[in-house]
Amino acid sequence: MTDTPRTILLFGLVLGLIVMTGFTTSWNVALNIFNMGLISAIMALGVNMQWGYAGLLNVGVMGFVALGGLGAVVVSMDPVDEAWAAGGLGIILALLIGFGTVLAAIVAWGRIPAGRTRVLTLLAILIIGFFVYRALFDPAVAAIEAVDPAATGYLGGLGLPVLLAWPAGGLLAAGAAWIVGKTALGLRSDYLAIATLGIAEIIIAVLKNEDWLSRGVKNVIGLPRPVPYEVDLQNDPGFVARVEGFGFDPVTASSITVKLAYSGLFIIVLLVLIWLTQAALNSPWGRMMRAIRDNETAAEAMGKDVKARHLQVFILGSAICGLAGAMMTTLDGQLTPGTYQPLRFTFLVWVMVIVGGSGNNFGAVLGGFLIWFLWVMVEPYGLAAIEFATAGLPDGSALKDHLLDSAAHMRLLTMGVILLVVLRFSPRGLLPER
Amino acid sequence: MVDFLNALVALLNFVIVPATAYGSQLALGALGVTLIYGILRFSNFAHGDTMAFGAMVTILVTWWLQSMGVSLGPLPTALLAVPAGIAATALLLLGTDRVVYRFYRRQRAAPVIFLIVSLGVMFIMNGLVRLIIGVDDQRFADGERFIISARDFKELTGLREGLAIKTSQGITVVVTVIAVALLFWFLNRTRTGKSMRAFSDNEDLALLSGINPERVVTITWLIVAALATVAGVLYGLDKSFKPFTYFQLLLPIFAAAIVGGLGNPLGAIAGGFVIAFSEVTITYAFKKVATYILPEALSPSGLVQLLSTDYKFAVSFAILLIVLLFRPTGIFAGKKL
Repeated sequence: MTDTPRTILLFGLVLGLIVMTGFTTSWNVALNIFNMGLISAIMALGVNMQWGYAGLLNVGVMGFVALGGLGAVVVSMDPVDEAWAAGGLGIILALLIGFGTVLAAIVAWGRIPAGRTRVLTLLAILIIGFFVYRALFDPAVAAIEAVDPAATGYLGGLGLPVLLAWPAGGLLAAGAAWIVGKTALGLRSDYLAIATLGIAEIIIAVLKNEDWLSRGVKNVIGLPRPVPYEVDLQNDPGFVARVEGFGFDPVTASSITVKLAYSGLFIIVLLVLIWLTQAALNSPWGRMMRAIRDNETAAEAMGKDVKARHLQVFILGSAICGLAGAMMTTLDGQLTPGTYQPLRFTFLVWVMVIVGGSGNNFGAVLGGFLIWFLWVMVEPYGLAAIEFATAGLPDGSALKDHLLDSAAHMRLLTMGVILLVVLRFSPRGLLPER
Repeated sequence: MVDFLNALVALLNFVIVPATAYGSQLALGALGVTLIYGILRFSNFAHGDTMAFGAMVTILVTWWLQSMGVSLGPLPTALLAVPAGIAATALLLLGTDRVVYRFYRRQRAAPVIFLIVSLGVMFIMNGLVRLIIGVDDQRFADGERFIISARDFKELTGLREGLAIKTSQGITVVVTVIAVALLFWFLNRTRTGKSMRAFSDNEDLALLSGINPERVVTITWLIVAALATVAGVLYGLDKSFKPFTYFQLLLPIFAAAIVGGLGNPLGAIAGGFVIAFSEVTITYAFKKVATYILPEALSPSGLVQLLSTDYKFAVSFAILLIVLLFRPTGIFAGKKL
């Protein structure tokens, strides 16, 4: 925090932009941007830990975010008892056998001396395990998915309070990160990038296709909320009397109250995370991390366990992304696996971190708010710009219609230009690491 | 015996022919990635979108040609439009190099920085493609659909299984063979190609012996533009053109390049086929083949499909991981052009 005035100025500027939206458009829109900005800031904090602290190139953010969303579903939805009765046991047994097979294969690989015996044993374990697994798994899945497929057709969750889902989403992402890190972290940086890219695609494929787990593309809707419902507020005479006393319309006031409640929860999480990440960055651990990033060989020569530290920071960063994913799913009230797109959930977060300033937590948070604001606002501004540019063309001309339809894609172009401009002229970002 | 022939034809029809076409497309894509890695020394994440851009220009020119009434008879008109696509893509890539990459090359920036810069380029190209042609599926194949259709094959041979070879699949293989032959002739026989290989092997030594690095880089981008456009058009002819699928092709293409050894053109081709064949084999339901070969009593009740097709990315990914864990430089040791 050497550059305090600059930090305050830039944060003030971004908040000013959001407040301005509140005045010019509507407070609902402004609060939506603000809430998603908070979530984006948390994702950016996670990526900043990995890239800014340790120099790890994780382009699988989308996967960890989606896993967090799955965590929200698994924790907070009510269990579907019939589905559990139909195939719960089979699924659990099958998963245990699948897990046992992999474990047995790993043990066999370590115990048996290299040679033909090892390869043959390994193949035998994997093939037999796979067929046993499929034999148990397939009927169980069919049984579960047959249970009232229009409404449920999945196992449901644990029925716990949804706030518990946030740390649970983080844990789920951390578990996945452990597996990825164990296999891929020893690789060169660009191989790690490809590996994480692949993991993210696979996680999304699982969410889309394993209907017994996440209902797939049928989406899980109606997740429980940590805040009151708008309708309940509107039916609460005390609330209506109070807001009418201030001269507000009860309908608008209720939706703004709900959004403010979310903002409050998210701000608490963000503040705690900033405090934790700042403390970590300024501790001996943080200095060691940066030393490893700047010169791996030297750090290793000083007796630092580079591989273990990389794994640690990779898991921590992914857990934060998972937490953000769970929060986002809670805010949306639904899990829609079909909407996870790498450009939006991986690469946009990268733009946030780079533009904000990699290695600086406040920079990441700033980038999260700023880039999210631009991502949302470029569309109407782009539309206005194109309308202005095509004003001379006759109405109904094919070119004009096409351009107006395409205005939504302006945002990708804009993000690319922003990223390149920042990388070229201010490679350390808006708030550089000190 | 007839059952065996039927099984063989079914296997050819559903596994070998599609996988050969897909493998050729991946190989062309992986060649581009590998060339950039060998000469410019970074992993280009914008490659999938470069392919999409080249294919898009080709499609637009194809539509224009079609509207003028030009056609190639049984062959798709798109073949006539490919040179235009290559030219436009080459301009785009050379422009990007001028405006973006050259700055970092002069600074001798780390490969990771190049990679992140290529993310920015990816955003821009992706946005451009969506802005110009939109996000929807576009079909632009015309001419004869099949070299031999399933029904003709059945009538010809009297077998119960049909073998269909699409024109696009035939063209894919022929064009790939020509492109690869040209590329290897260029790299191994011409002065410029040899200077490229020298540059890739040892940059400093190449500079000492008077090779102009900017010229090498320019030629690399030109070749990459050609390879990417051809790969994109062939993939679009064979399947269909949708910007998002081109972005997703990034994973199998990189897997192919890495499996074969990044920087090694021969490896990229082998890697493309390895990935394509494993993807198609593992996600194909072997019920049909098995019913022909196995005796009645053993005939399978299920589909005999190892993985559903939705998990085809998992296949390229698994192969990638296995190769990286056990042979980190790829099947053919990487980094040799």
